[in-house]
Amino acid sequence: MKLELKDSLYALKRGKILRTRQLTDQEKLFEIALPEGQSLDHEPGQFVQVSIFGVGEAPISVCSSPTKRDSFDLTVRNVGSVTDALHDLEAGDEVGIRGPYGKGFPVTYMEGNDILIVAGGLGIVPLRSLIHYIIQNRRDFGKVDILLGCRTPKDMLYGDEVEHWQERMDVNFSCTVDRVDNEPWRGNIGLITSLIPGVNLDPPRTVAAVVGPPIMYRFVIKELLKKNIPEKQIYVSLERHMKCGLGKCGHCQIEQFYCCQDGPVFRYDVIKDIKGAI
Amino acid sequence: MKYQILKKDKLDFFISTLAKKRTVMAPVHKGFNNYSFQKVTSADEISLHYIPTIIPPKKYLMPQFETFLEYDKTWGENMKTVVESEELVLFGVHTCDIEGMQALNVVFSDRPKDFNYLSRKDKVIIIGMECNDYCDEYASCAMMHNFMPDSGYDLFFTDLGDYFFIHVNTHLGDEIVAEAHFFEEATGKHYMDLRDLHDKKRKIFKNEVGIEYREVPELLEKTKDSKIWDEVGQKCLSCGNCTNVCPTCYCFNIVDEINLDLKTGKRIRVWDSCQNESYAAVAGGENFRPERSSRQRHRFFKKFKYTVDRYSRFFCTGCGRCSRTCMAGIDLKETLKKLIEETAGT
Repeated sequence: MKLELKDSLYALKRGKILRTRQLTDQEKLFEIALPEGQSLDHEPGQFVQVSIFGVGEAPISVCSSPTKRDSFDLTVRNVGSVTDALHDLEAGDEVGIRGPYGKGFPVTYMEGNDILIVAGGLGIVPLRSLIHYIIQNRRDFGKVDILLGCRTPKDMLYGDEVEHWQERMDVNFSCTVDRVDNEPWRGNIGLITSLIPGVNLDPPRTVAAVVGPPIMYRFVIKELLKKNIPEKQIYVSLERHMKCGLGKCGHCQIEQFYCCQDGPVFRYDVIKDIKGAI
Repeated sequence: MKYQILKKDKLDFFISTLAKKRTVMAPVHKGFNNYSFQKVTSADEISLHYIPTIIPPKKYLMPQFETFLEYDKTWGENMKTVVESEELVLFGVHTCDIEGMQALNVVFSDRPKDFNYLSRKDKVIIIGMECNDYCDEYASCAMMHNFMPDSGYDLFFTDLGDYFFIHVNTHLGDEIVAEAHFFEEATGKHYMDLRDLHDKKRKIFKNEVGIEYREVPELLEKTKDSKIWDEVGQKCLSCGNCTNVCPTCYCFNIVDEINLDLKTGKRIRVWDSCQNESYAAVAGGENFRPERSSRQRHRFFKKFKYTVDRYSRFFCTGCGRCSRTCMAGIDLKETLKKLIEETAGT
């Protein structure tokens, strides 16, 4: 017998795409609004499940600040069937949304502290939400340092925003690229770890938010610990393929944790001894 | 507490009366010592003594394929959330499988509550059946303390020769007893028979592995990097049989099935297995459990460690299905024994 289920965990909200912007060859930004001006009400670092009927669902980090309430942004790299199909959509099209899910960055705890943000590659996507939030509430935070690393200059996301962060007097911003392929580039060349020794930090009052590919964590965290930032003040966001987002399906399981509920943002000391966590 | 008896020659009246009003599922022999829960209408279709069915009765609570959204492109990105459920009586469920269903209940009633599962569960009546002896050599229900009934059923049958002793555990169970007029009050002799059986059982069922189950999480913690996992990994074929037949494995995938009109379709939950290579892979090619050894270890840890940390409950019921079904001969009891051996003296 088939019945309509009112309180289904899998119910979707209709998300209307307001604007899109092709950021690089592979990444596209979507601005999405929920019906009747509803706010997504997320925390920086949380994710949503984006659905296209007939294709499926994919977990995507929200990359706008919760302070932007009438719509939210997603940056999507086309790497799978759902994200490929998403790339074909334009303003006016609709997607299904469930969430937000997971634990984000502890912004209220971070207030009053110095903030060090380390973003490698696509790691800037969830961190953009945090950066926007911090900039909008700038006076509530101490010193803010942002370190950004990407493969080549053309892989850099949010170029116009990056320029704005560079210009601001209340944010220390530096970035580096792994290599330059015949493009004009006047900045640093080298791995993101090379930027860390140069940052002037007050370790006991610094909270670090680090997001990047698995390989980056090992080296960046080593550098941060060398700088005497306590393990409990380092936050990382782990990537897993969350299928349900509800702590059930098991795909995102990291030992006893479900990345979709207990994470994706974890305090480093909580997961540091877990085999294969990062 | 209410106890009843049912004479064996009345069982067929009971089953056929039950089957008139309800759908009754019970273990049926399928040949070659294989059993399966199937729809029955009379007692002679039922195997009262059976080794664990190929697929546990979890298939009624969490079907292999389950629709939870229906969509029609003409509605836009809109959908209907649905639940498929059916009123069922499961007859003859062994204590290991009752324990399995209780473990699933914990997972799906943990917040956020999964109402697809819960509304299905609420429509199932469970009638247990006691194992008077081991089903076969694969079981480890004594180690897991699951060879005696404790809870999780509406009625519980114990075969005591020419009659069944019945524990009426719930009001629902009582209603079923009241509907059928073949039950009698249990008297002193019947209680004695039951006690004798339980005394006998305590002599038969002995810890099969030689470790208190409460100590298994620590054993696994100590042997995380053991080469025994490599040996298990080398045997493993990654077929996923062990997880498919497990009464507590609940991992799933969510997929869309579009109809041939290319307009309508459904989103379904389908059983998945942590033994599949792509299970822990993410976009961009990273895989967090690429080796079979790490996936097998994950399975053991999920039965004896992670779920204990998370739900304070062991997710092995001792039914032995994973070992019974494994084509490569990976045996749960043997693996645990090897791990114990390795830590002996440390």
